[in-house]
Amino acid sequence: MSAELEHLPPAPVGGKLVTPTTAVLFGLVLAMVGVLAMRFTQGLGAVTNLNNGYPWGLWIAYDVVAGSALAAGGFTTALLVYILNRGEYHPLIRPALVAALLGYVQAGASVMFDLGRWWDFWHLFLPKYAQVNSVLFEVAVCISAYTLIIAIELMPVVLERLGLESPRKKLNRVLFVFVAIGVLLPTMHQSSLGTLLVVFGPQVHPLYQSNWLPLLFLSSTMGMGFAAVTIEGAISAAGLRRPFEKELLGKLLQIGRVLIGVFLLVRFGDLLCRGKLGLAFTPSLPALTFWLENLLLSVPLWLLATKRHRTSARRVFYGAMAMALGGIVYRLSAFLVAYDTGAGWHYFPSVGELTVTVGLIAFEVLAIIIAVRVLPILPAAATAPASAQRPS
Amino acid sequence: MSIDRRGFLKLAGTTATAAVAGTAVTAEARPPKVMPEEAVGLLFDGTLCVGCRACMPACKQANDMPPELTPLKVGPTGETNAVWDAPLDISGHTLNVIRAYRSGEGTKKDQVEDGFAFSKKSCLHCVDPSCVSACPVSAMTKDPRTGIVGYSVEACIGCRYCVAACPFGVPRFTFDTPTPKISKCQLCKHRFADGHYAACAEVCPTGATLFGKVKDLKAEIARRRSLAPGTSTTFPRGRIDGPDSYVGTVGKYVERTYGEKEIGGTQVMHLSGVPFELLDKPELPSVSPASTSESIQHGIYYGLLAPMGFLGVLVAAARRTMLERGVEPPETPPPPKSSSSGGTP
Ligand code: SF4
Ligand code: SF4
Ligand code: SF4
Repeated sequence: MSAELEHLPPAPVGGKLVTPTTAVLFGLVLAMVGVLAMRFTQGLGAVTNLNNGYPWGLWIAYDVVAGSALAAGGFTTALLVYILNRGEYHPLIRPALVAALLGYVQAGASVMFDLGRWWDFWHLFLPKYAQVNSVLFEVAVCISAYTLIIAIELMPVVLERLGLESPRKKLNRVLFVFVAIGVLLPTMHQSSLGTLLVVFGPQVHPLYQSNWLPLLFLSSTMGMGFAAVTIEGAISAAGLRRPFEKELLGKLLQIGRVLIGVFLLVRFGDLLCRGKLGLAFTPSLPALTFWLENLLLSVPLWLLATKRHRTSARRVFYGAMAMALGGIVYRLSAFLVAYDTGAGWHYFPSVGELTVTVGLIAFEVLAIIIAVRVLPILPAAATAPASAQRPS
Repeated sequence: MSIDRRGFLKLAGTTATAAVAGTAVTAEARPPKVMPEEAVGLLFDGTLCVGCRACMPACKQANDMPPELTPLKVGPTGETNAVWDAPLDISGHTLNVIRAYRSGEGTKKDQVEDGFAFSKKSCLHCVDPSCVSACPVSAMTKDPRTGIVGYSVEACIGCRYCVAACPFGVPRFTFDTPTPKISKCQLCKHRFADGHYAACAEVCPTGATLFGKVKDLKAEIARRRSLAPGTSTTFPRGRIDGPDSYVGTVGKYVERTYGEKEIGGTQVMHLSGVPFELLDKPELPSVSPASTSESIQHGIYYGLLAPMGFLGVLVAAARRTMLERGVEPPETPPPPKSSSSGGTP
């Protein structure tokens, strides 16, 4: 029952652009613009709850760290299709890349909102200022470069739309170089996003502080990327009335499961070796989030345990949700809960910070809706016959 | 099923290539930094401090910082009369504070029970500073000669990674302005050219805050510790190699010198009559988190050799898939896979 159906060429989905959904999304984007106007005229303190004990908040922990991890589907799918030659995942590559582009643009935008001296951001790219021992330097440069790479990877789509055949052919001939770089860069910065915490030393709770952070972040990121591709597939199936490619996605999640297995093994193994596992049973907020994220992450391990489970649309969807959510909770807790600078400092995101985060997500969803409606991104599904034939 | 398993193995291999180097931390460890020969710093002797707080406005004056007005409640209605420059903590507008420990009746100097004691909070000028390792744009730098950890607002992009990284909670960001910056003590290095030095030490009436070369300050610590508490001795005032001194009483010190080992040692050192835990000084390991972080980074990237090798493998694989096997970013469907391996049976 392999899915020949997915090998249809991509085509614009079409349909109306102004709908109640897009109108609400637009409203959320406007609210964000209002908050940002205040942030840029009066400073970060005016709209955020950031302080000198918690200098990083939601915008970094969610929009940059978790957001870019959810966008990892772009590189993990490229890795499968182009590096490991798993052609069957081919239909997923374009939607995954579009989601990746938007996710990284979201991360980049957040960084610009968050940088105190944003007008000097270009210092990051000047050798004169470069500080190569800084983990943040590596993360920033690598993320910027990768955003550019995704745009290039997607260029054929745009060129195709514009009917520019000859540049498209030329680009396609060298595209493999960009695809390769596009796999390398995220493995680097997604692991480094974890390494960011190492220099915080004892300020990060021992359940979270570890020399294995690069591997923990990389493995969970890749799992989250596959989960996000699955969720996107499910949502576009529901929202655009397209077939849910549950079998293909189930196979994708199987890889995600292995990666999450690696994550859990390394995490618990490391804690055992360091003799800190006991802290997980000592009541504390980090211990609570520790169990929350690990339980969420282990949901797909049993929910999708058999091949039959992995062809159930329901199980595939919930498994992916748990995987993505577990990864998000892990990141938020590592940066905001396990990070503790001592008595007297507190942080919880302000309404303004939440408005901006929600506004950015709204912007992203809006952009995806518009993109798939006018650009050839999703595989054509004029006849969605075989898909629904098997009940889950 | 076999197909998947093979996929995983390859995937796992790829992942491992990128990340396993992280385990080679010990092998590739970045050696801890050492104290520069001519390093300068401060010695704060809590037993000499009288809590006059003269060092605080002196610091503000020398660094052009505005007063931070603490509301003074007066009268029965408690109307505020904001006149008191009495910051309780360092901030974006205050680089140095003297704080007190107090217990019970709070009458006996440098005693835990019913006593009080003073401590100073300001940048410690770490030997292997977290803030310098963290800063992505070299705005935080450690002077190779004096060891002073300086800040350049011209370079800074306001990311606040230094604020988050410093285990002493020292760099402070001005959240209250659209043109923010980082504030931290730089030992008044801008005043050296005129023959001045750290303003806090310069004005201190008791020599409790003393400026000098770290090696001299360390010798002074050893000397004070060798004397019997309660006897009298000569204490230098201002800078340790300066002319000014007076005769005072030797304090009874706790065993530890704060700053001797903390995250690899610091150039500002503290002596105290009460345990440092009571003075809000964090308990820290002797290994600097900066060296751990940089060891991991260097271990993984190994001078960019590892990523370059990895990239080579990726390019070759992508080239084979896309050019030879013709799996393109397709408008055309890819050729049916050689499904001998067969996806789902
Ligand atoms: S360090 Fe010196 S100037 Fe500062 S409060 Fe103590 S005695 Fe006064
Ligand atoms: S105390 Fe903090 S700000 Fe000062 S040098 Fe050390 S790490 Fe940097
Ligand atoms: S806030 Fe400025 S000084 Fe601090 S790490 Fe960022 S760029 Fe460097």
